[in-house]
Amino acid sequence: MNVVVCVKQIPDPAAPPALDPGSKTLVRDGKLILDDSDAYGVEMALQLADAAGGGEVTLVSMAPNGEVSGLRTALAMGAAKAILVSDPALAGTDALGTAKVLAAAIRRAEPDLILAATESSDGYTGTTPVQIAELLGLPSVTFAKKVEVTGSSVKVERQTEAGYDEVECPLPAVVTVTAGVVEPRYPSFKGIMAAKSKPVENLTVADLGIDADQVGATGARQEITEVVPAEARAAGEIVVDEGEGHLRVIEFLEQLKVL
Amino acid sequence: MTIAKIWVVAEIVDGAPTTTSLELVSHARTLADTVEAVVWGDGASAAGALGEYGATTVHDVGDLGGALPGAPVAAAIAAAVEAGSGPDAVLLPATYDGRDVAGRLSVKLDRPVLTNVVGLTEADGVLSSQHAIFGGAEILTARFTAAGPGIFVIRAKSFPAEPSGGAPAAVVAATAPDTGAANAARIVARHVEERTGPKLDEADVVVSGGRGLGEKDQYVLIEQLAGLLHGAAGASRAIVDAGWVPYSHQVGQTGKTVKPTVYLACGISGATQHMVGMKNSKNIVAINKDQDAPIFQVADLGIVGDVHKVLPKLIETLQARG
Repeated sequence: MNVVVCVKQIPDPAAPPALDPGSKTLVRDGKLILDDSDAYGVEMALQLADAAGGGEVTLVSMAPNGEVSGLRTALAMGAAKAILVSDPALAGTDALGTAKVLAAAIRRAEPDLILAATESSDGYTGTTPVQIAELLGLPSVTFAKKVEVTGSSVKVERQTEAGYDEVECPLPAVVTVTAGVVEPRYPSFKGIMAAKSKPVENLTVADLGIDADQVGATGARQEITEVVPAEARAAGEIVVDEGEGHLRVIEFLEQLKVL
Repeated sequence: MTIAKIWVVAEIVDGAPTTTSLELVSHARTLADTVEAVVWGDGASAAGALGEYGATTVHDVGDLGGALPGAPVAAAIAAAVEAGSGPDAVLLPATYDGRDVAGRLSVKLDRPVLTNVVGLTEADGVLSSQHAIFGGAEILTARFTAAGPGIFVIRAKSFPAEPSGGAPAAVVAATAPDTGAANAARIVARHVEERTGPKLDEADVVVSGGRGLGEKDQYVLIEQLAGLLHGAAGASRAIVDAGWVPYSHQVGQTGKTVKPTVYLACGISGATQHMVGMKNSKNIVAINKDQDAPIFQVADLGIVGDVHKVLPKLIETLQARG
């Protein structure tokens, strides 16, 4: 079974995020890493391909400046190859434009199953995977907390407000997985070495047959008009616990008439 | 007002609109001349409640036959837009199904989507949406620049739900064109996770635990304290991902948005992911041993201390009070 995993390479979340002063979009020029949320999809894809007794895991990603460091992490985990779309025309692309690019790249891989995270950790728009499904004319099951493939269908436990639904869906399909759905493996030394020579196909927007005005800031057809600091909460009281901290909590709750 | 018509995708549970759906209908009234709702399943039974909050018409996609709502509901809305009877904007709740409908509708109409909306204003017939970024430290305002209906996915508790005293909404059938393979997923069983006490997003007091609890077994402290305060027990994403508690307990960007009278964050550092879901609580108490934890920046009362010492004493004292 061939599985495509959509992965995003994002600025290190440990570093303070910044907005471009002109476009007010996230600055993503520095070194990028594999989004933690995507490690679950990669692990799930590797396990499903294994369980199916064969097939390849292909990564599909879109990033500026031909960035591959995050892809190498996922290749080191065991993915076979990657398709990377990188093009100056993509600067400022929104979720729908991203979906158009990724859907076109996914078509080339002809997968049985497409996995993605429910949302990225940097932009968290959370619509791209479903947009990809709609562009490809495929069914989608979002927020999977368990995924099993049997023959030509996938069975998913999908989170709901009340608990979860069991959903059955024929393949090919798009499934988004929640964090914690599997335990992502750490790349082995051997995996890291092997990843360096695994194929990464580099594509431009034109290679995918997409008009440049469908992507980038033009394709996004939205603008950020203002960014202002949120109303700050008044500075609170800080108490260092020396054995009596709980009493101050009780006093506070009494003041609020919760007790 | 210069916006003629807004549609709200309303979710119905046990015959009643969800609170978030009513929040969207209420707020839409302040933005447009006409507010209408889109429902499915047994949604038509909620025409009375939706009318009371200001919807004049309910477009009923009908029984989905076990299908997920994304494809058929998006197709029904897109069909109305193509027929010229659609709205100027579509508001959807930021829920599992709401996001699915928004994504598919976006492609069908070839229109972008603005998600994680926490405010929506109108000026000269143009809608602008507000978004909390960087864990709620800054508010970003955005708007669409092209014609066609705007699609806005809105977080829970962004607006108050206020009845308008309107008459029951008229119910009209909204036909979903056949969406083929895109609509092939089927729900074969539903599972409800049992909870005791008030619901997390409705409780007056929420006690949440995070990684600072150290291990799964310690979550019982959170449950005990929540019980003593007649509140609900919540959790950070870290311990949900670690499998300590079910996802339904998660507060934050990917979990529930809560706005209780008091939010007690225990052993939670305050990652942006978490803050988005609880920062607008009326009062925040944080207990954490790291005095530099970001959670203290939003806390009205911060206890710098070990949750393993503070929580048992807190529980013991409350138990002694009876």
